[in-house]
Amino acid sequence: MKPLSAFLIFGGPLLVIAAYWWLAHRDRIRANDPNHVTFFQRNGGPVGLYLVAGVGIWALVLIVLPMLYMVDYSFHPKLPPAKRAGPEDYYTIENYKYFLFGSTRSTASWNVTHLNAFWLTIAVSLIITVLNFAICYPIAYFMAQVAHDSTMRKFMLLLIVPYWVNELLRAFAFSVIFGTSGLINAFLIAVGVLTVPIDFIGRDIALYAGLTYAYILMMMFPLYNAIEALDRNQVEAARDLGAPWWRVHLNIVMPFAKPGIASGCTLVFMLCAGALAAPLVLGGPKSLWFTPIVYDRFYQAFNWNQGSAYAIILLLTCVIFVMLVMRLFKVSFSEIAR
Amino acid sequence: MGGWPVSADVELEGVNIRFGPFVAVKNAHFRINDGEFFSILGPSGCGKTTLLRTISGFLQPSEGVVRIGGQDMAGIGANKRPTALIFQNLALFPLMTVSENIGYGLKVRGVSSSERNRKVGELLRLVALPDQGEKRVSELSGGQKQRVAIARALAVEPKVLLLDEPLSALDLRLRQHMRNELRAIQKRVGITFIYITHDQGEALTMSDRVAVMNAGVIEQIGDGRSIYDAPQTHFVASFVGENNGLDGAVVTGSKGGQISTALGLMTGQTPKPLPDGAAATYFVRPEAIRIAQGGEPARITARLVNSAFEGNSTHLFVCGQGETALTVSLARRDDIGDLTPGRELGLNWRDQDGLILARPA
Repeated sequence: MKPLSAFLIFGGPLLVIAAYWWLAHRDRIRANDPNHVTFFQRNGGPVGLYLVAGVGIWALVLIVLPMLYMVDYSFHPKLPPAKRAGPEDYYTIENYKYFLFGSTRSTASWNVTHLNAFWLTIAVSLIITVLNFAICYPIAYFMAQVAHDSTMRKFMLLLIVPYWVNELLRAFAFSVIFGTSGLINAFLIAVGVLTVPIDFIGRDIALYAGLTYAYILMMMFPLYNAIEALDRNQVEAARDLGAPWWRVHLNIVMPFAKPGIASGCTLVFMLCAGALAAPLVLGGPKSLWFTPIVYDRFYQAFNWNQGSAYAIILLLTCVIFVMLVMRLFKVSFSEIAR
Repeated sequence: MGGWPVSADVELEGVNIRFGPFVAVKNAHFRINDGEFFSILGPSGCGKTTLLRTISGFLQPSEGVVRIGGQDMAGIGANKRPTALIFQNLALFPLMTVSENIGYGLKVRGVSSSERNRKVGELLRLVALPDQGEKRVSELSGGQKQRVAIARALAVEPKVLLLDEPLSALDLRLRQHMRNELRAIQKRVGITFIYITHDQGEALTMSDRVAVMNAGVIEQIGDGRSIYDAPQTHFVASFVGENNGLDGAVVTGSKGGQISTALGLMTGQTPKPLPDGAAATYFVRPEAIRIAQGGEPARITARLVNSAFEGNSTHLFVCGQGETALTVSLARRDDIGDLTPGRELGLNWRDQDGLILARPA
């Protein structure tokens, strides 16, 4: 392994830790609180050490290091294991260029297939996020503010029970429902609305429906939690002051639930953009979701370096989306995590 | 709020409010005059908040009619009524500044921002909070929040202001101060105030009239003095102010009634005629009882159990015949000297201070 990549992999985490320590230190100095209790004073030595080590190892070994490995991978050419870190190994942005321009042998100036799949994934994920919000907000509001406790519990159960079924099975169930001879088509034909079945799967309707359904809970719970904390009198006060119902939601409920909305939207978007099972099962023959392409880079093309580059592109896009949402909603990380 | 009649009498006609089998308000039938400070006084759970929410439009009466300014309010939502409600917890909008809170009702009515600013400034002065408009609600003290809530409600120029125990969260001194302030604001703006409280001090000091409510029923309506001096029902007599109640059976039920109690035959007024032998209670206020001095004949004799010095008065807890407990309130000047427990005291009161009222089963 070259010294640079060795430094990246082992020095990087230390740098991150140092940066965090410095930030915490600066905060402490700024707060200037004489009664400040340090983390170890508060938790005691052994427990404090365990917490730091536990969280540290989890974050480092399971999250940061693999990620850094991937970053490193993505900047290397595809080589057989024996030749890695050898004289033929070098740093390159070849893998990223491939995403944009495709193979050097191809005549097209852009890698249209992959770029299209990427933008489609991002755009559809955005639409599904909005759709999920539109579906969940009224239900969450009803459950949190209107319904009685017993109704609320029944609703909750109805929402959760389908998720006891495996994700893949749910996707297959959707393909059964949406198939040309499936439940929906059979019903529409029996009723007489249709004479020829609609190809829901070929038109990606099944995929969008499946994805929307798959992440409903990820939107539901943050929204419910946020709205549930709203004092019902606030709603009534706005109403009493003459606000029509849409203003009550726009001025009172939504601003209050903002952290929940932001958290739900980012969760759904990220999971949607990174979904694998539903696109594989429900995607039509023509549709190309981005994650199956990443998967193919790894396991069909056996090009882990290119796969890493693709995965990082997706990851960065998601991170940028989260940042944008946070900027848009003017919420901080701590609020989202609440 | 144009289009509403200038007068804002609030009229309830045979209003019943039920939640399933539970009747929260029974046959409420009264009229609140324009510009009146009207209190509804009752223990918690008596239905007073339900009544208020019905007037404000958050609840619909199961039966009966609510009229404001002569207009039937059936089917008119809370956002369309000429009323404004001040919530028990105030329900200020935490994400808005003080000015935004006060101006919210104007904003939803489409009032221009310059007009809104002028109005908000005016209201901030009215509630003595000038220059506090840009603060966040969380930066205010309890009393200041109170004023913001009042200003926010007044901003929409309601004909009737409904107040749901708004002072209950404040400490005693501030509460007394806000009482005067509320009264002063009401005089200044001249609109009808309907004030809900379980605190009789608040009800008696601020109100033009008080309605005493118990278990969904309005038991008596009148000014503070008549509620205190001439209670019409057993509940009013025992709930408003301190009172001694002696249970017994009616001997003479009409004029100059008599009742036999554990302390003997008692004579008192009977606001409502009672059948002979009916279960009733004889009420006499602690401050109406005097200690018999130097050989004066006493109505009853009792043993002093305990005494409590309360500053402007002293409470004596005495025990009459048959272990009947009575409270006597002595004004500062009626010094009777020795207050050792066990001392025998002669007690007197005038017949007209006694009151015989039917005892509910």
